[in-house]
Amino acid sequence: MSPRLLRLALPAATGAVMIAAWYGLHFWLDAEMRFLLPTPGQILAAFRDNGSDLARAALNTTEGALLGFGFAASVSFLLAVGLSLSAPVRASLYPYLMILQMTPVIIIAPILVLWVGAGLKSVTVITFLICFFPLVVNTTQGLVSTDRNLVELFAMWRASRWQQLRHLRVPAALPYFFTGLRIAATLAPIGALVGDYTAGSSAGDGGGLGFLAIIYSSQAKYPALFATAATTCVLGFIFTSGVLALSWFALHHWHDSYERSDQ
Amino acid sequence: MAPVVKIDQIHKIYDSGDVPVHAVRGVSLEIQQKEFVALMGASGSGKSTLMNMLGCLDRPTRGSYLLDGVDVSLLDKNELADIRNQKLGFVFQGFNLLARTTALENVELPCLYGKTRMSSKKMRERAMYCLDIVGLSNRADHMPNQLSGGQQQRVAIARALVNEPQLLLADEPTGNLDSRTSIEVMGVFQKLNEQGITIVMVTHELDVARYCKRYLILRDGIVVRDEPTQDRSIAEIELAKLKEAETAAKLLAAGSAAA
Ligand SMILES: Nc1ncnc2c1ncn2[C@@H]1O[C@H](COP(=O)(O)OP(=O)(O)OP(=O)(O)O)[C@@H](O)[C@H]1O
Ligand SMILES: [Mg+2]
Repeated sequence: MSPRLLRLALPAATGAVMIAAWYGLHFWLDAEMRFLLPTPGQILAAFRDNGSDLARAALNTTEGALLGFGFAASVSFLLAVGLSLSAPVRASLYPYLMILQMTPVIIIAPILVLWVGAGLKSVTVITFLICFFPLVVNTTQGLVSTDRNLVELFAMWRASRWQQLRHLRVPAALPYFFTGLRIAATLAPIGALVGDYTAGSSAGDGGGLGFLAIIYSSQAKYPALFATAATTCVLGFIFTSGVLALSWFALHHWHDSYERSDQ
Repeated sequence: MAPVVKIDQIHKIYDSGDVPVHAVRGVSLEIQQKEFVALMGASGSGKSTLMNMLGCLDRPTRGSYLLDGVDVSLLDKNELADIRNQKLGFVFQGFNLLARTTALENVELPCLYGKTRMSSKKMRERAMYCLDIVGLSNRADHMPNQLSGGQQQRVAIARALVNEPQLLLADEPTGNLDSRTSIEVMGVFQKLNEQGITIVMVTHELDVARYCKRYLILRDGIVVRDEPTQDRSIAEIELAKLKEAETAAKLLAAGSAAA
């Protein structure tokens, strides 16, 4: 078998084994306990029956995740530039960024609901808070670890601070920024989900997947709950692939991690 | 005509550590136009320190330095930076190219800054001309990671040429290169030198120094030898020899495979 075919066949085989084991486990359970582990077939049926609810919730969650992620990316970038300009500023702000990072969302959520109300705003803020930290830390790291020789060279050419930032520091920090972005991309859907779970609102069909999870579990609709989980996975997958594609576009033609073989 | 470099009894004492380091202890030197000087000596003998003073990157503790007839000790920081950008070109051991930037744009970089800006069209023409001098005009749109070490160093040389310097200063320009690409780079230097550019380069390797016209040996901050190079190597000839040897080796290998 060619290596390429193998690379497709192996995961497919693993999947088949897992589904078989799943069915096995389901039917091995006592009949009255089988509701604990719905079969893939039942979950697919739940998708069919609750498709429109799931799709709407997924869209709402995506909206919160995208907004929070987008704000986090832009705000963290600007903050990182500010932080990179001076060590004293870095020293004075870092502890508070850490504190922000340490504060659990579960505690922040009710406060946010008080401040901005339940719903999209709160979800966005919570996603923002979760994505923010890895982005700031990585980007700042990238901005301050520019090759010293190049910094000296720019100084020798009498490039202004702004020119140095624009032509040297920011481009050199891009790989770090994208590392942060990749981490944030896995966090954003989770952040939106947690936000929705703790501070979401169903008013005007505004509920997201987290809200749906609450409803389905309270109604004991377990196959639908599994379908919600699967939807979340897909969402995370889309986010991550989106950022991977973006980083490929931004980096592949110059960065060593994407070094071309056609020299 | 005034010598490009005229230093008289210069000293450099580093005071930063616990004990002051007397890195250069009274060097006097004249370098005329179109000279090609190798600066040799053991590690720590003060080569880089001397080069940094020649490049106006650092001031001597004592002694005078006339660069193209101008006493640089009288200049303030900005004037020093100007004279550096007008008269000097620098090549480093690590090539110091910007990664996200094509060869051509890397060569343009020094023209982007400072107060005298040329038009972008003129800048492009100059950069292209300099790439052509180092034999890389066909690689203008390549990124550094698509170029070999020797090619990257040639891009760095083109960049050093873009402001039409009189004096090219190179601190171990072949330090990161294998022997063959070192010869290629020395070939570029020899060509530039023939076109009238004065070159001073630091090197550890005698083989490399033999491409220069004059060599200085530094020991403990003092020039202990200053002579013209005997039977100087010519890069073109050495490269041709290498090629011949390679072809012969190939023929030999093919012959033994056939037998
Ligand atoms: N910035 C500095 N502060 C203090 N001492 C220094 C500094 N730069 C160089 N020195 C000292 O000055 C002496 C000469 O150093 P220099 O770098 O000129 O040597 P070099 O001949 O270039 O050596 P190498 O071949 O290893 O590059 C050394 O003893 C070094 O430790
Ligand atoms: Mg040195």
